Amino acid sequence: MQDLAVKLTPVRPLRAITEALWRTNPISKQVLGICSALAVTVQMNTAIVMGLALTFVVAFSNLAVACLRHAIPRNIRIITEVAVIATLVIIADEFLKAFLFDISKQLSVFVGLIITNCIVMGRAETFAINNSPPAAFVDGLANGLGYASVLVGVAFFRELLGAGKILGHAVIPQALYDLGYRDMGLMLLAPGAFIVIGLFVWLQQTLLKSR
Amino acid sequence: MENLISLFVSSVFVGNILLAYFLGMCSFLAVSKNLRTSVGLGIAVVFVLAITTPVNWLVYRFLLAPGALAWAGLPGIDLSYLKLILFIAVIAGMVQVVEMVIDRYSQALYNALGVFLPLITVNCAVLGASLFMVERDYTFAETVVYGVGSGVGWALAIVSMATIKMKLRYADVPQGLQGFGINMIITGLMAMAFMLFSGITL
Repeated sequence: MQDLAVKLTPVRPLRAITEALWRTNPISKQVLGICSALAVTVQMNTAIVMGLALTFVVAFSNLAVACLRHAIPRNIRIITEVAVIATLVIIADEFLKAFLFDISKQLSVFVGLIITNCIVMGRAETFAINNSPPAAFVDGLANGLGYASVLVGVAFFRELLGAGKILGHAVIPQALYDLGYRDMGLMLLAPGAFIVIGLFVWLQQTLLKSR
Repeated sequence: MENLISLFVSSVFVGNILLAYFLGMCSFLAVSKNLRTSVGLGIAVVFVLAITTPVNWLVYRFLLAPGALAWAGLPGIDLSYLKLILFIAVIAGMVQVVEMVIDRYSQALYNALGVFLPLITVNCAVLGASLFMVERDYTFAETVVYGVGSGVGWALAIVSMATIKMKLRYADVPQGLQGFGINMIITGLMAMAFMLFSGITL
């Protein structure tokens, strides 16, 4: 029994990560955290930075809430969680302002809005409050990465189709433009994001069902 | 005055906080199943935005902005990094106060909004409007108009979404697209329609 437990432990966090990345992916499956997900997907680099910022916040807020779970009175747990999350978001925001100023300007208010992101609150409330700190940390990491993967995926298509670029480098050859290819301006606007994510979910649902 | 009217129109239509800035999506998707409840939530959001945005303006202007504490004899202090945590506290507090006031003076309105008021605390649109207000450097009058306008825009979006969803029950949507997928695409089409207002200048 002892041996089995040891053998199983390294597998479980990995399972948690793949689960969150694909089957219970927080954006499409749990319909959470859409708020800030879309506004930052015009370019890939803002999406990547946003994804990392959210992963940081959700992982560490889960860790902190799990550590405090016996100390937090049941009645005021929501406000405690908000305080923990807000503190972490301020750290992330100040860090971005200090080291990635240009991107932080582009992300504008959306880093701050991580506070009201339902994923962070949802994980703290449903998972971290009942689980040990390491498990909660892995869960937070997995959900943050799941969120980031969708964000970067949407950003990839919007940047490629909307501006003909990937990570700021032009990838559509000039010859194609000479033949009359045009970038799809709609992708850079808000409706493009809604439609791309709608199609994403369609693809994911279809693939999940066919398995 | 003209400036305020055009700000109102732009915050309701072109710069709609939901369709152009993606704020408040969670409750937008969750609550738009039913027309009556979405009207209730829409009104509650207008209410809360109209109150919290100006209150947060005052908090920012007199407590947090660089040099804002000059009235207290501390001109060199910049507390603007605290705005996130203070704004969310103000919103949570104001929602409580609004809830109590409505409960005291209008039982009918309280019964209609009751369930939704606590939900609004975590509505990104409310915090988002306060943060945009700081970023765009609005004056007090502009802030009031912007708060009301964003609320009306959000309410308009959720009510039209609820109406579309009622029609959608009779539509033949492909299997994998049902639910979340089609909702996003409808929202996208709505966003396109709202963008048409961008040609209007006042």
